[in-house]
Amino acid sequence: MKSLNATHHPLSVTAQQRHVLEDPKLALPYFTERLERSDLPVLVSNSLDVLQVNLGRMCNQTCTHCHVDAGPDRKERMSREIMLDCLAAVTAHGIRTVDMTGGAPEMHPDFRWFVEQCTALGTHVMVRCNLTIILANKKYHDLPEFYKKHKVEVVSSLPFYTADRTDRQRGKGVFEQSVEALKMLNAVGYGVEGSGLKLDLVYNPAGAFLPGSQTELEAQFKRSLMADHGIVFNKLFAITNLPISRFLEHLVRTEQYSDYMEKLVNAFNPQAVAGVMCRNMISVSHDGSIYDCDFNQMLEMPLTAGMPKQIANLAKANVIGRKIATGRHCYGCTAGAGSSCGGATV
Amino acid sequence: MEKTYYNPADLKKFGNITEFNKELGDKFFDYYGDVFKEGALTAREKSLIALAVSHTVQCPYCIDAYTTDTIEKGCSEAQMMEAVHVAAAIRGGASLVHSVQMMNKAKEMVGG
Repeated sequence: MKSLNATHHPLSVTAQQRHVLEDPKLALPYFTERLERSDLPVLVSNSLDVLQVNLGRMCNQTCTHCHVDAGPDRKERMSREIMLDCLAAVTAHGIRTVDMTGGAPEMHPDFRWFVEQCTALGTHVMVRCNLTIILANKKYHDLPEFYKKHKVEVVSSLPFYTADRTDRQRGKGVFEQSVEALKMLNAVGYGVEGSGLKLDLVYNPAGAFLPGSQTELEAQFKRSLMADHGIVFNKLFAITNLPISRFLEHLVRTEQYSDYMEKLVNAFNPQAVAGVMCRNMISVSHDGSIYDCDFNQMLEMPLTAGMPKQIANLAKANVIGRKIATGRHCYGCTAGAGSSCGGATV
Repeated sequence: MEKTYYNPADLKKFGNITEFNKELGDKFFDYYGDVFKEGALTAREKSLIALAVSHTVQCPYCIDAYTTDTIEKGCSEAQMMEAVHVAAAIRGGASLVHSVQMMNKAKEMVGG
């Protein structure tokens, strides 16, 4: 499977995605209208605790629902200069967590250097690891040891606890490889009680439906992965699929777009608005552009007027209290129990 | 009138049954909501039971709704199919257990 970008699909253009999402003919309220109807103010940031850094779009997998449109055919990656700008911003703002994502962030040649620089600053590092990268090439086999050395929190996608549903979303053989990688992480202590090495899994629905209770899903994943494979992990994050990039293309192509958007809007939960992740983070693109969140990055919706647009200008800027750029995609983070990079928010 | 008895779009209109009798409709939905709340059984267990019963009563709306619900609650295809087999086993068993009556009668008639 190729990325939308490689096939020059119309929805590889972010303006086209925004056009589909904000289409006035869609008989659904705009996100700001829905906030108003619930007497909620516009979204405003209240702290800067997390810098989420997208190191590049290259990935060894091409998942059907990827909102980054990542894959082996994507070559974009962050320069070391921009990484230095990220470090400067972390220092200037006392940012506590750097959350590294991609693509497969480990494929970036400066990945290990960047992790070392972040941990040297005393920053907690999270890596969004797709698991199969650990087995993809001999040079990645020691990643579990590397993560352990730097006390990296490993956050890994595993859409389901059975092979068939996982492989349908992430590619043939992915479940089996993921299980092997999880065993390698467990072997060095990841997910093992008392080790202090955190291994969290990310569940996202395999289709156009919302995730169920995170607590129940976590219990089921723990039961099944232990019984079937002897695997342990810490937490399960249940994340809602946002209608962006490949998942948006899937919804449009299968004529489920309106129904899915209606489902998100009907599940709007005013309580979830308080915990949305954009309130305490900045997302950095491989080219140094900055955004309120990873999803705004993918839709190329920059910080609101008067705010810096590049990471190089973040260190000296005050971005707390800024108005957050929103759109209909934001219904994905406010539906049901809420959704963030750390799972449910309610 | 529709040309078929069942229209998938009608599932979303389930709530409209209060239109002709609000009091009883409201009472039903209050009861329905309470039944499916987390209790001695988890919401997930209740959803699997509902899926099995949907097949027993052969209600297409219910099958649609509880296939969605069980998947949303993280049930696997294997778990869902086992639930349906439980329903099928009870239905089949209910027929077969009556064959004892048939056997009794047959033996009475022809000896045995």
